[in-house]
Amino acid sequence: MAAAFEKARSTATAESGKNLLQVGALTMHFPLTQGIIFQRQVGAVRAVDGIDFFVEKGETLGLVGESGCGKSTTGRAILQLYKPTAGSVRFEGTELTTLGGEAMRRMRRKMQMIFQDPYASLNPRMTVGNIIGEPIEVHHLARGKAKTERVQELLRIVGLNPYFTNRYPHEFSGGQRQRIGVARALAVEPEFIVADEPISALDVSIQAQIINLLEELQSKFQLTYLFIAHDLSVVRHISDRVAVMYLGKIVELSDRQELYERPLHPYTQALLSAVPIPDPAIEQKRKRIILTGDVPSPVNPPTGCRFHTRCWKAQPICSEADPEFIEQSPRHWAACHFPG
Amino acid sequence: MASAAAESLVAGVRGSRRASAGLWSDAWWRIRHDRVTIAAFVVLAVLVVLALAADVLADHVFHMKFEDQELLKAYAKPTLDPLAYMLGADEIGRSQVVRLLYGGRVSLAVAFLASLINMTVGIAIGLSAGYYRGVWDDIVTWSVTTLNSIPTLYLLLIFAGLFTPGPPVLIAVLGFLIWTGIANFVRGQTFALREREFVTAARTVGASQARIMIRHILPNILPLIFVLAAIDAGGIILIESALSYLGLGITPPTPSWGNMLTNAASYFVRAWWLVVSPGVMIFLTVLSLYLIGDGLRDALDPRLRGSR
Repeated sequence: MAAAFEKARSTATAESGKNLLQVGALTMHFPLTQGIIFQRQVGAVRAVDGIDFFVEKGETLGLVGESGCGKSTTGRAILQLYKPTAGSVRFEGTELTTLGGEAMRRMRRKMQMIFQDPYASLNPRMTVGNIIGEPIEVHHLARGKAKTERVQELLRIVGLNPYFTNRYPHEFSGGQRQRIGVARALAVEPEFIVADEPISALDVSIQAQIINLLEELQSKFQLTYLFIAHDLSVVRHISDRVAVMYLGKIVELSDRQELYERPLHPYTQALLSAVPIPDPAIEQKRKRIILTGDVPSPVNPPTGCRFHTRCWKAQPICSEADPEFIEQSPRHWAACHFPG
Repeated sequence: MASAAAESLVAGVRGSRRASAGLWSDAWWRIRHDRVTIAAFVVLAVLVVLALAADVLADHVFHMKFEDQELLKAYAKPTLDPLAYMLGADEIGRSQVVRLLYGGRVSLAVAFLASLINMTVGIAIGLSAGYYRGVWDDIVTWSVTTLNSIPTLYLLLIFAGLFTPGPPVLIAVLGFLIWTGIANFVRGQTFALREREFVTAARTVGASQARIMIRHILPNILPLIFVLAAIDAGGIILIESALSYLGLGITPPTPSWGNMLTNAASYFVRAWWLVVSPGVMIFLTVLSLYLIGDGLRDALDPRLRGSR
């Protein structure tokens, strides 16, 4: 397994020059304990189990997968909201996993997050002005009148009325709240934003607005996104490159066009076959690959390739050896014994 | 039609401008429009002012000190001549109204100060235990359970044996003994709140732990704490009267509402009005405190904005 990490890391670090973020063998296990006074560990939820990837400056990397596959955990472990069990996260060459509390706090100026639930992620007892002003205050970016003006400017940038500063979150709709969340993330002028399913909780008509806003902001402020989602068509629209996760591992990673046209991993193929096509004639002929069974438990993942229990191509080797995450064609990585 | 829409728009804008300084000024605006809470505030303020003015009133209005006795006037019925007996006289002819004023000083001071200590200790311990968890939380939980498992009365008996009972001792003992309920409550709330997404968002933004506790978690508990503080202060007045009954509270001749009430209870058949006046005082204070706590809770909830 360690050998697999080494190999993958060497491929992933190849272009480290223009990489903003470099993730190596990132592992996040949540311990399961028993006993009250003398706690002993009886196992672990292997939410993220050794993943390697990089994010280039200015790009959008889409991260897709079913619920429970570890997408969100990956995003949070990168931002050190969870302490990773193992592995490295390098941001502009700085190793984040070993950074102390205060240094990490200062580092947060450069990396922000947009949350999935626009209702839960805004403090109900703070005004919009205080919510957006908090990062400005925490990092001593402005104070007094300058701070107020900056907050109003941010509200204008995300398309809200600048006079909304005195209102409370409950006075807004879901889409407006998500804009507030975006404004909060932008307040520190970050370089990198983890967007953790930013549109999943929104109405379809609002989703497009938020997507457009995120794209607009990206070109305006040269932002780099890690865009976590489970909607493949949205990811196709917004991403430059796409990574597919299954049960705590990245199974395939490539440029968007390449991934959607020539998926190598059977799981990716199955996922893509499930996307409806908005044309009745073609939709009629669409062949769906229907996977049998459920996603196995991350507490006790299958041996070898984690997908072998549901894979129609599975051979004896698949349950014995974990396939390496290797570059099958230029800039197209996949972890499968029988790609294509 | 159009003008009505424009009007409501203007009203909406004005509504949003109104609370420009945030939670507290907004709460203040709402309290001013809440007649019940205002009335409770006024009642409590009058009681506090009367207690503070006890010396002046005793000297210049009633011309009697709280320890002055006149045995011939024992059990006198309420009368306006002299004014000092407007609420009657007790079993040794002391002025009930003057004693009530001085008793208010003691009872209110004990209630407010002990409750303040309770709140400070309870919030600090509960918040830090709930937020940091781990060993500190284990220690706190253990201490709270231990303190709770010993009946308060026995603890108070021990302390009353160690120190001479008096207002400062009573404040300290009550203040540092009955914070457990508040600490438990705050701890539980903090436990739930720290897992909420907006706390994660605050961490992402780079807020320090102290800031998260004080600016994000505490304001979400505060409204309920006000209610608890009011109930706590009311409860302390009642505990004080119970302790006085056992001779462990404020000892005569210093009057408190509690010891006046328990003392008068023995003469209830001969002079029932002696029971009524301290009873009414305690009732008014506790009721006002409850109403203020309730009003503050509503005022501090932004979701109720505009509902009154």
